[in-house]
Amino acid sequence: MTTETRAAARAMSAPTPVVPDAAQPAAESPARAASSGTGWRVTKKVAASAGPVVGAFAGAIALWYLISYLVLPEGRRFLLPPPHQVLTESVLDWSKVQPMFEALALTAQVAMTGLAIAVVLGVGQAILMSQARWLEKSLYPYAVVLQTIPILALVPLIGLWFGFGFTSRVIVCVIIALFPMISNTLFGIQAAEPAAHDLFTLNKATRAQRLWKLQMPAAVPSMFAGLKISAGLAVIGAIVGDMFFRQGKPGIGSLLDVYRARVESENLLTAIALASLFGVLVFAVFSAIDKAVMAKWYGRR
Amino acid sequence: MTTPTDVVHERIQHISQTRTLVLDNVSKTFSTGTVALTGVDLKVAAGDFVSVVGPSGCGKSTLLRLASGLDDATTGTVEVNTDSTSYVFQDPTLLQWRTAQKNVELIGELRSKSKIERRKAAQEALELVGLGGFEKQYPRQLSGGMRMRVSLARALVAEPDLFLFDEPFGALDEITRLNMQTELQRLFALKRFAGLFITHSVSEAVYLSTRVIVMSGRPGTVVADLDIPFSYPRPPELRFDPAFAELSGRVSAALEGDHR
Repeated sequence: MTTETRAAARAMSAPTPVVPDAAQPAAESPARAASSGTGWRVTKKVAASAGPVVGAFAGAIALWYLISYLVLPEGRRFLLPPPHQVLTESVLDWSKVQPMFEALALTAQVAMTGLAIAVVLGVGQAILMSQARWLEKSLYPYAVVLQTIPILALVPLIGLWFGFGFTSRVIVCVIIALFPMISNTLFGIQAAEPAAHDLFTLNKATRAQRLWKLQMPAAVPSMFAGLKISAGLAVIGAIVGDMFFRQGKPGIGSLLDVYRARVESENLLTAIALASLFGVLVFAVFSAIDKAVMAKWYGRR
Repeated sequence: MTTPTDVVHERIQHISQTRTLVLDNVSKTFSTGTVALTGVDLKVAAGDFVSVVGPSGCGKSTLLRLASGLDDATTGTVEVNTDSTSYVFQDPTLLQWRTAQKNVELIGELRSKSKIERRKAAQEALELVGLGGFEKQYPRQLSGGMRMRVSLARALVAEPDLFLFDEPFGALDEITRLNMQTELQRLFALKRFAGLFITHSVSEAVYLSTRVIVMSGRPGTVVADLDIPFSYPRPPELRFDPAFAELSGRVSAALEGDHR
């Protein structure tokens, strides 16, 4: 579980390599806290680790200033405007931030729609594959291939077929988020104990009873592990989709590109921070759901 | 089921009306070529509690899988003259996502019993194994012994005529194990099912059973068959009785004999 969590956390920070140092500790620490417990435990742990976190944050801000004022010459300061300028010019200016929130809401809608479809399709395909060896043999390779196609290579084709709006953005999300759901669900379905299978056999269970009363419940832990990874990927997919499919209202991905084109570094940094926070939030929410369900059945882990 | 098998089945049922389980010259060879059992004859009737002891890998568990129908014999016949068989596994094999009550109810669900019926049966079975009040607990909240009790309740709820046990207490600590033995012989005294119990423990076999069968190492076959005449219910102190020690000694000797 921890390796998956870490992998997902890494996936979450994937869209942020452009983020200046300052955003890094701020974006990472809530993710770490969220993956180690719920409720009071989190509060306590956050309190205990607040010192180093605040210290690192101050250090990062100092570094940021250093780069803005000492490394960059005046004429190139627009590349990394100092923190207070980002605050006054962008973060605290509602007229600038409001469109970002609107765009983020749209991106979130795309991501969650894509995730929901990926979950339904992924679980459906896993169930199908679990029912017959030949189905698994014939379908699984395509799932793997889908996973390995670089999504950007498919973007032109998706645009051509489905237009350059909401639908295509969602499709990108689905493609990118589908595989972890398929593989994790299938793994979980196949992980039911042999003795439990014997119990069902001895009681003459039907195929449907075996699936719904044994295999699917046994698959729940790995389905949640898959869901956490897929949720993170869906956010990435939505932002990628935003950038390439510009019809209709803009998502946060399109705004990022607009700010880049206009060299509005303050807005660009704010939008990146917002997108990262959204990613962290999604991960935290799905981790919390996972923890709650698992704690009920399997105790704290 | 083919017609000839049905005919054989019916005939044997007629001949051995009181035999719940009949193994006739049964052998099992696995596809890997391993011969697990050769020429095993075994009859278990209602009111018989037969324990099978033998060294590891002598095919004891295979014997049970054949009796339950989970595996088929390579040669010989296995006749089960009841529709109601329960199997208790080495591990409690509970479904983690179900409460104790729901784990027991599973059997009723699989057999399409009504909700009221299976709830009542499950509660009675849990009472019977001393777990009244623990219905709402999840397996993770129960101790190892209590989980095994839930497993017993789940087996009892099917009202089995034939009860198969695959070393169910092997993983428990000594104290819990002795408690479970007391519990099981009490249930047997109460229900008088036909029992087939696989174990490594000589004292467990003698304490629980009406008969103890000793098997040789691989390929497994029956080398001794001893009657255990004590009446039920059996007090725990029976284990310190000289007659108990004498019978245990004979079972052990039969096991030893196999090693020479």
